[in-house]
Amino acid sequence: MALLETKNLTIQFGGHTAVDHVSFSLPEKEFKSVIGPNGAGKTTFFNLLSGELKPTEGEVYYKGKSLNKVSAVERTRRGIGRSFQITNVFPNLTVFENVRLAVQSKEKVRYPFWKSTRSYHGLAEKTHELLEQVLLDNKAHMIAAQLSHGEKRKLEIAMLLALDTEVLLLDEPTAGMSLEEVPAILNVIRSIKDQGDKTILLIEHKMDMILDLSDSIMVLFNGQLLADGTPEDIMQNETVQQAYLGGYEDGKSVRNA
Amino acid sequence: MSKVLSLNKSIYLIIALALLIFPFVSDSRTWTILLTQIFIFAILAMSYDLLLGYTGIVSFGHAMFFGIGAYTTGIMLDTFAPTLLYFVLSIAVGFILAAVVSFFVGILTLRLKSHYFAMLTLALSGLFLVAAEKWRSLTYGNDGFTFRAPEIFQDRLVFYLLSLGCLIAVFIFLKRFVSSPMGHVLISVRENENRTASLGFNTLHYKVIASVAAGVIASLAGSLYAVSLRFVNTSVMTMDITLDALLMTIIGGVGTLVGPILGAGVIELAQHYLSGLARDYPIFERWIILFGILYIIAVIFFPRGIVGGIQRVFAKLSGKKVKAARPIKKSVVKS
Repeated sequence: MALLETKNLTIQFGGHTAVDHVSFSLPEKEFKSVIGPNGAGKTTFFNLLSGELKPTEGEVYYKGKSLNKVSAVERTRRGIGRSFQITNVFPNLTVFENVRLAVQSKEKVRYPFWKSTRSYHGLAEKTHELLEQVLLDNKAHMIAAQLSHGEKRKLEIAMLLALDTEVLLLDEPTAGMSLEEVPAILNVIRSIKDQGDKTILLIEHKMDMILDLSDSIMVLFNGQLLADGTPEDIMQNETVQQAYLGGYEDGKSVRNA
Repeated sequence: MSKVLSLNKSIYLIIALALLIFPFVSDSRTWTILLTQIFIFAILAMSYDLLLGYTGIVSFGHAMFFGIGAYTTGIMLDTFAPTLLYFVLSIAVGFILAAVVSFFVGILTLRLKSHYFAMLTLALSGLFLVAAEKWRSLTYGNDGFTFRAPEIFQDRLVFYLLSLGCLIAVFIFLKRFVSSPMGHVLISVRENENRTASLGFNTLHYKVIASVAAGVIASLAGSLYAVSLRFVNTSVMTMDITLDALLMTIIGGVGTLVGPILGAGVIELAQHYLSGLARDYPIFERWIILFGILYIIAVIFFPRGIVGGIQRVFAKLSGKKVKAARPIKKSVVKS
């Protein structure tokens, strides 16, 4: 059974249909990538899955149950976590505090108001563990606003991992990164995949990375699902090539949008 | 870090002890009364800082909770008996009323975004003010009423010590509150509410909790204020009270707790001296205009307030990148 699926998922903004009757399914522990040119509706699709937006039509199912009436907060609690395309950390808090908040949520340390957060040693240990995993432990006490763009993306991922959700929605984790910064984030994502306990949906433009990581790829174009299949199927799909890849050859080309 | 903290704690302790000893070494009645007033407004300003500085909520209706406390104490002492028991009971009843009102106001309004929320709190506070004016059988309207305070408070020293005790207790409570897991979620709501929600926190719950805590503490300040004057009228519910709390918080340093205490000191002393100067220099009869200038200067040159400014200087001197009090929200300045 699919862990996460949609049926005819649609959202309209005025006269514009940003996501148009998209039906897809994401089996447990699969790594699926979402590709498509800018404006194809990828992030909107993520917003519908995570509950930031409500669909005009269609349904989102998680473990067979409809999520349409479930808030974004509750979806996170049930097991759908996401990172954001535009870096969305708490800029005036330290790197450590950013991640600790996510750990707090996961460990359900939400309402105590008398004991100092410092006295919860388990939270600190888990936070350092996650910072080590994303190679940010040496910057734990820096203010998040002072991090480089690439480091902020790593911080985002650490916060997402802290929630320990079954599904990870990664929205362009390498967006805006310099070429030097990409391998580090790629390694982090690969290590998450290799652990084998997460179901991952990744929006990305870097085709090398997508081909390297994905079990399957879905292609969105003008809000519609153009194709969904194995990387090989997608690469050989003529419609996809015409609409998006613009003559993808020898695994080196990147998007032409 | 722990050294800095213990240094901070030592400074707080020394100041608290100095204030404790002060009335025993000084026989100035004026200073005792003035400091009592500062303590009371510092409690109010700290409660406002919990909203503005730690949760990012701009409320223009905070006076209603101050008014609830003041009226509850005034009415209970006047109606029943001016005893210590009724004073304590009136504070408890004020707490309950402020908690209930702030809970419902919070539930109804905190879903709104900042500006709309600010406007609605202003309207609700106005509603309470009108109710206080019109419900003459209970409040004696605009004229207000005098009442007898418990015998023990005839001695200004006792009331000074009580106010100081309340200030210290509220400071310790709020300090622990903002350093707790709950406090850290409040800070994250201030920083980025949507992101906090995406981490699985129900942000409305936190905002309502902050609103109730701030309301209850403001009510305590109101109760003390009423007893300090032995008089209540509708002025305790006016916008002036909210603006005073806002000014004290901003001038002292938003999101610092110590800042609002200093802010209360600066504003109360400035009010005292500027209005005193009016006796000799007619220009100071319009001291409120000078106050406006003081406020503008503070916002332009010290957006982080006194404490924030000091923190920045220390941070620069030590070459460390530390978190200082945050600058005031643009929305507050615009408002």
